[in-house]
Amino acid sequence: MNTVAAIDPRHAAGQRLRERAFRAATFVAAVLVLLLLGGVALSLLIGSWPAFSHFKLSFLTREVWNPVTDQYGALAPVYGTLVTSLLALLLAVPVSFGIAIFLTELAPVWLKRPVGVAIELLAAVPSIIYGIWGLFVLAPVLQRHVQPWLIDTLGPLPLVGRLFQGPPFGIGILTAGFVLAVMVIPFISAVMRDVFETVPDVLKESRYALGATTWEVIWQVVVPYARSGIIGGIMLGLGRALGETMAVTFVIGNAHRIGSSLLAPGTTISASIANEFAEAVGDLYTSALIALGALLFLITFSVIAVARLMLLRLARKALSPL
Amino acid sequence: MSRRAVRKVTNLVALALSGLATAIGLFFLGAILWTLLRNGLAGMSWQLFTAMTPPPAGSGGLLNAIYGSAAMTVIGILIGGPIGMLAGTFLAEYGRAARLSTLIRFVNDVLLSAPSIIVGLFVYELLVVRMGHFSAIAGAVALAIIAIPVTVRTTEDMLNLVPQGMKDASTAMGAYHWRTITSVIYPAARSGIVTGLLLAVARISGETAPLLFTALNNQFWSSNLAAPMANLPVVIFQFALSPYPNWQRLAWSGALLITLSILVLSISARVVVSSLNNGGRR
Repeated sequence: MNTVAAIDPRHAAGQRLRERAFRAATFVAAVLVLLLLGGVALSLLIGSWPAFSHFKLSFLTREVWNPVTDQYGALAPVYGTLVTSLLALLLAVPVSFGIAIFLTELAPVWLKRPVGVAIELLAAVPSIIYGIWGLFVLAPVLQRHVQPWLIDTLGPLPLVGRLFQGPPFGIGILTAGFVLAVMVIPFISAVMRDVFETVPDVLKESRYALGATTWEVIWQVVVPYARSGIIGGIMLGLGRALGETMAVTFVIGNAHRIGSSLLAPGTTISASIANEFAEAVGDLYTSALIALGALLFLITFSVIAVARLMLLRLARKALSPL
Repeated sequence: MSRRAVRKVTNLVALALSGLATAIGLFFLGAILWTLLRNGLAGMSWQLFTAMTPPPAGSGGLLNAIYGSAAMTVIGILIGGPIGMLAGTFLAEYGRAARLSTLIRFVNDVLLSAPSIIVGLFVYELLVVRMGHFSAIAGAVALAIIAIPVTVRTTEDMLNLVPQGMKDASTAMGAYHWRTITSVIYPAARSGIVTGLLLAVARISGETAPLLFTALNNQFWSSNLAAPMANLPVVIFQFALSPYPNWQRLAWSGALLITLSILVLSISARVVVSSLNNGGRR
């Protein structure tokens, strides 16, 4: 049947037509991915235009956020976004590094997979779950046990002391950073684990043969080799933390101001949008919130782009290891 | 201490700390699951699946929210899944080495980690403003946009796992590329592609931020796709932050429900992948 069909010219023409149609369909879908990103950027630009043209550059430098008088500035949410994300990295990077080392260099084979999967499941838990857990479980614990201790021991110190003064609210910048840290640990440790596994065994074994301990091999061979991958993983975690919405909305306290203390309530870009957007009345108010979204897009886009380029560099190196 | 002893101790301390870090990670997973079970199990009853979301003082369940979440997730994956699969096919088969593909891969990776609330804003501008009101279809489109990059990535990876020899054999028989893809490559990669779709479903079924101002929420039963529709994540958000005890109880039950379904989805997706990998090695 097929031999006859193959020399039937009508059949061949039909095949060519289907080939072209299928190819075109995959091409259109692939280009759609590009258009999505372009569409997102364009719609944010258009939506934020009224706010940017009204407030000009002062939108970026003012702390005021007052829907009644229609005055908006992005400083407090931008500050909150950056500080919570940096706090999250400060807490999450050492833990993720430890997990990646445990999974690649230390764990016996039978333990690797279950522990690895359990850490990955931490990433599958939806962010709203982190939110209610943070608000009802973590915040009270921090308020009762951790924050009073921070206030007593770090509060009186010069310079850094200001960060740890004031009443222990439970919710606030610090708690948001803590929840974000738990959320980004699985992302950072997964990337670190993968890049540690690209280190050629020959390199590690040579160092072992010279009498190095496991830790020395990790610190002197694995880490330098995988450096750009490690940075890429950290940046990827940063990208996650910057854009995370629901978990932060629950625990940040939603106050449009910049407190000198990390214990004080604050807000982030995504939390402001989540809280206020559906109820925003007036074109300027809506536009100001979309302008916040545009800023967030700009920040996360650059962070993620750098992260991907770093990881790409390591992938190229892995192709030609020595 | 001798230099040798110092090195040994440093080694032990560092390795112990890495074990501790792993314990910390596992502790948080345990703590979250335990909290959910403790607070959510009490509210698990038939009523949860048969009654609508109640007013502040009354009793009720989550039926409309469960239905809404399921409906929007299914529509989202029905839109996003095929687009993602076709785009992944282009990257793996037709445009493997093209310049454009490098760009598309990069953009897809960016979309993969882009904040989901931005997607919500985009769909708001795209659909909600034009339609003049919030709607379930806008929510489904937002979820589809989040599902696309996940599917593109897994489809491309899975198609690349299909041995070149199989593709060559099909081509040698005189088959056109589309015929090779649909009759040889897709069947060979089927379980991998299904896994990718499962992971995409797991990802979008817990998303809250993109639904806040697309599908919004609805206190009542609604199967009208052009109207606001209740959904589990937004109901959890609203009820958990409310001062009413019965709403908070429902929020915990909803949280337990959604987490369990997502964990089951993610674990079964991994089981499929690992059986696939073992099969491939033999």
